[in-house]
Amino acid sequence: MPDVQSMVLEFVNKLRKRKIEGSQATARCTVELLRSVISHHRVPHHANQASALIDAVKAVGAQLVAANPVELAVGNVVRRVLHIIREEDLSLATAAVAGLDLLDASDDDEDVNGKGIGYTAMSAAVVAAAARSTLRPPSLQTLLEGTPESATVPYTSSSGADSESKSKSADKSSITRKLKHDVIEGVNQLIHEIAGCHEQIAEQAIEHIHQNEVILTLGSSRTVLEFLCAAKEKKRSFRVFVAEGAPRYQGHLLAKELVARGLQTTVITDSAVFAMISRVNMVIIGAHAVMANGGVIGPVGVNMAALAAKKHAVPFVVLAGSHKLCPLYPHNPEVLLNELRSPSELLDFGEFSDCLDFGSGSGSPLLQVVNPTFDYVPPSLVSLFITDTGGHIPSYMYRLIADYYSADDLVM
Amino acid sequence: MGAQKKGGGARVVSDDSEEQSRQRLQAILLADSFTTKFRPVTLERPKVLLPLANVPMIDYTLAWLESAGIEEVFVFCCAHSTQIIDYLETSEWHTHPNLAVRTIESHKSISAGDALRYIYEQQTETSQIQGDFVLVSGDTVSNMPLADLIREHRERKKRDEKAIMTMVIKKSKPSPITHQSRLGTDQLFIAVDPVTKQLLHYEEDKVDHHARGGSVCLDKSLMESNPSVLLYNDMQDCNIDICSPEVLSLFEDNFDYQHLRRHFVKGVLVDDIMGYKIFTHEIGSSYAARVDNFRSYDTVSKDIIQRWTYPYVPDINFGGNRPLKVGRQGIYRACDAVLSRSADVGASSVVGYGTKIGNGDRILNSVIGNGCSIGSNVVIEGSYIWNNVTIEDGCEIRNAIVCDGVRIRAGAVLEPGVVLSFNVVVGRGFVVPAYSKVSLLQQPMKEDSDEELEYADSSSGTADRLSGLSLEMESKASELGPDGAGYIWEVCEGAHDEEWKHSVAPIPEDKLAEIAQAMDDDDMEDESVVPTSGELKSDADSINTDVNDPGDDYSYFEKEVEGTFLRAVEEGIKVELGILEINSLRLSYNMESADCAGAIFYSMMKHAVDNPHSSASELFKNASNIIAKWKGLLGFYVKQTDEQIEVIMKFEEMCQETAKELGPLFAQILHVLYDKDVVQEDAILRWAEEKAGADEADKVYLQQCETFIQWLKDASEEEDEEDD
Repeated sequence: MPDVQSMVLEFVNKLRKRKIEGSQATARCTVELLRSVISHHRVPHHANQASALIDAVKAVGAQLVAANPVELAVGNVVRRVLHIIREEDLSLATAAVAGLDLLDASDDDEDVNGKGIGYTAMSAAVVAAAARSTLRPPSLQTLLEGTPESATVPYTSSSGADSESKSKSADKSSITRKLKHDVIEGVNQLIHEIAGCHEQIAEQAIEHIHQNEVILTLGSSRTVLEFLCAAKEKKRSFRVFVAEGAPRYQGHLLAKELVARGLQTTVITDSAVFAMISRVNMVIIGAHAVMANGGVIGPVGVNMAALAAKKHAVPFVVLAGSHKLCPLYPHNPEVLLNELRSPSELLDFGEFSDCLDFGSGSGSPLLQVVNPTFDYVPPSLVSLFITDTGGHIPSYMYRLIADYYSADDLVM
Repeated sequence: MGAQKKGGGARVVSDDSEEQSRQRLQAILLADSFTTKFRPVTLERPKVLLPLANVPMIDYTLAWLESAGIEEVFVFCCAHSTQIIDYLETSEWHTHPNLAVRTIESHKSISAGDALRYIYEQQTETSQIQGDFVLVSGDTVSNMPLADLIREHRERKKRDEKAIMTMVIKKSKPSPITHQSRLGTDQLFIAVDPVTKQLLHYEEDKVDHHARGGSVCLDKSLMESNPSVLLYNDMQDCNIDICSPEVLSLFEDNFDYQHLRRHFVKGVLVDDIMGYKIFTHEIGSSYAARVDNFRSYDTVSKDIIQRWTYPYVPDINFGGNRPLKVGRQGIYRACDAVLSRSADVGASSVVGYGTKIGNGDRILNSVIGNGCSIGSNVVIEGSYIWNNVTIEDGCEIRNAIVCDGVRIRAGAVLEPGVVLSFNVVVGRGFVVPAYSKVSLLQQPMKEDSDEELEYADSSSGTADRLSGLSLEMESKASELGPDGAGYIWEVCEGAHDEEWKHSVAPIPEDKLAEIAQAMDDDDMEDESVVPTSGELKSDADSINTDVNDPGDDYSYFEKEVEGTFLRAVEEGIKVELGILEINSLRLSYNMESADCAGAIFYSMMKHAVDNPHSSASELFKNASNIIAKWKGLLGFYVKQTDEQIEVIMKFEEMCQETAKELGPLFAQILHVLYDKDVVQEDAILRWAEEKAGADEADKVYLQQCETFIQWLKDASEEEDEEDD
């Protein structure tokens, strides 16, 4: 426990000092930290396992969110983990009930017992994978695909739990262990998902980028980089305009990397976006967070690019891993936060130090510098979201969010 | 020689530890400024615990050191060491995973030099400092990265044994008028080798803005040994040094080194026997500054609010502070602060937790701490209100620092530059004059080494309440109204001129104009002439340092007298004490006794006119009452006929100009003055004689008094006859 505590402290410290940048890195660190919190968490056997775990994760989650409320990915991942715990708990509970029913029905049959053990070995993983898709309300995708999962899975899980209820001596403790095991399995899957989101999104590149197109992007995003490179690898030939993304000029870095991967790249100033937009076929940007209404929080200057794209009817595409989906609405002032960074990114302190001399004049600073990090793009300006589960329109976001989060966790 | 050996020993140690793959990054933090610049506040609380935008200074320094990769900090505590240690033990630094905070306590050190010598002595026993270390003071606010700089220093040290220190500098233009940096320190001249960045010359020039046109003397040998020299005057010394262990031994060897810059750096630069070298490192985008005086307190606070120190800003929890919410226009507000709807909280303000702000308040460019309660219609501009301060209705606070627990009663006014120390109470409607420093503790009489005094005084605490008026001259000011508590500190000799330089208040316009004027004069005359009387006057005057035009002196004096008189009337001060106060004003403005008489009489009449009255007869009653009551005060200054004539002339002038209501009553009031023996008949007669030759217009009042004068003349003749 103490080592988990110190890990939490260290991560909180990093978040506070803004030492971790980028929502993917933050999400990965968060979920890994939560995994070790769960695996080190010991609860007395009589207690309600799931709620104890939820409390523990919530406690850590609250600390993390408070450390950097602007980084919404932290809150998203914490809610995802809470959701996983709830689902696992629910699936175990239903399984236990079903198992008891089954037990009554089939009497003490040796064959069933042997079969049951076989199921147990695989059950954990299966339950973890299946339960998450079964227990969430049926999404459009599952309905369309028409997979009968919801019918099949409970059966397997129930037979898995069947054996458990049979081994009566270690009944409770094995459920305990099982819950934790399943949760960790689920969290591992989440880690896997976060780590693989770039590839998942990049796979779809070929469907969106066509021959001889001109793509405009702003600022720097790993997702966008991978997306463009994936299209390049599939032998698509296209050109990229990179708006430099003042004042941090991360667009310069992106341009460097794109050139290193052999893409035709043009760097433009942010203010030239409108002038260039008529030549552009598609705007692709990476998001900092996607809100429940389909609005996007992105690097500063994005709203301007979106407006320009709207004016010229250029598709405005946002790439976002599922960890960037935030179940909150942006009209909540607690949520729509912006990070104001140091003015030294804009101005040279030494050069302007005479404008900041408070010793003369009225003593009040005449020169103010505001350096916001993020911009908000309303959903009406977004044409398409590309997430690791495919392309979605802004109005569908709330549905995706319902798939990933429990309503109980929205307020932490 | 023995010392030399010691230095060698230290070097061996550092070499050994350098052989180890990784050296712990260490820092020495001096939690004592070893100056008196923050007095009287530092008598009760150490400087490093004073809040900057509601967070103790030391938290900024520690948070920065921690994130810059420092693993171990030695906090050197001297004055109020227990307070610092207590604070550190309860703060989150005590259990911080990445930063070990250790405290070193010494009560004997009175300078940075002593502190480093003490550490060196400890070093021989414990050898805590293993190699290069960062030397900062606990009032440094920075966000610069250190790791690269330390590496650079170490590599340079490996190449050149003698490179013992790297000094951090930052570009910051000094004011062209006052030759001060933004931080209120003096202009700095440094000469640096452009290639190696070696520091060749360091001069913190106390530019006397009228004395000389800022000449710098460079040693000729400097030019001989260096083909090119860069001379900067727009650099600011950040007071962040990367030191090798030799620095400690150098302090040990030179026991007279006290100040890090004035003695140590100069010593190293001058000394060519040892050949030690100091290098500079200029930081670009990062921020670094030290809070050295009240001016820099103001500047650094504003830099923090403007976010130059990001991520060490009030809306980020960086060192155990509760983060505030940042809103539009850079207003930082705690979530539970209660702001009245009609309160106007302007740009660049900070409002702390649990603070209540009342109706119709105006708050601009100010920092308000936690748990304050502010009444209605209060104006706070450019001020720093610390924690648990109570401000009652209708107060005005401009460019002041108000410490914890202060109570400012209704209608009180703090003029620019005021510093109120802990738990002071300002009385109802009292005007605290500009640049005054107020404390519950009495001012130490002797300017000794401040550290010892801070010790002696720290125990007495707040028990020292204002007991009453003592009859000494300076204690006249030790009152903040009848319901106030606290002593107004006298500004010590020679510091008057400095007051505007280091105060939180911006430099007044007229002062700037005067300095600019002085500079122009210098240019024209090309000579270092100290300005005449005007400048000296300002020296002598602790309250209105911005008064410099001798022509205006009398009107200012008159105002002061009027203020004093009104206060005396309101508070019912005894005549003798009033005389004392006016005497001191007279001395400070260098006025004649006749001037005093004129001014007092003017104040009395003004008071009479200002008092509510409906008819001329009531006004007359007012006036005669006041004359009857305060004739002692006036009488003190009208012992001679000339002075009495002055009073009459003044009266005449008033009737003509400022208080026309009195015109018809001239003769009557003159009669009262005569009755009360304030004015002798000689004076009246002489005045009449003088006036006899004047214009018709001037004679109005003379004519009014004709009967009275006639009566006087008759009376004196009668007397003469009787005498005969």
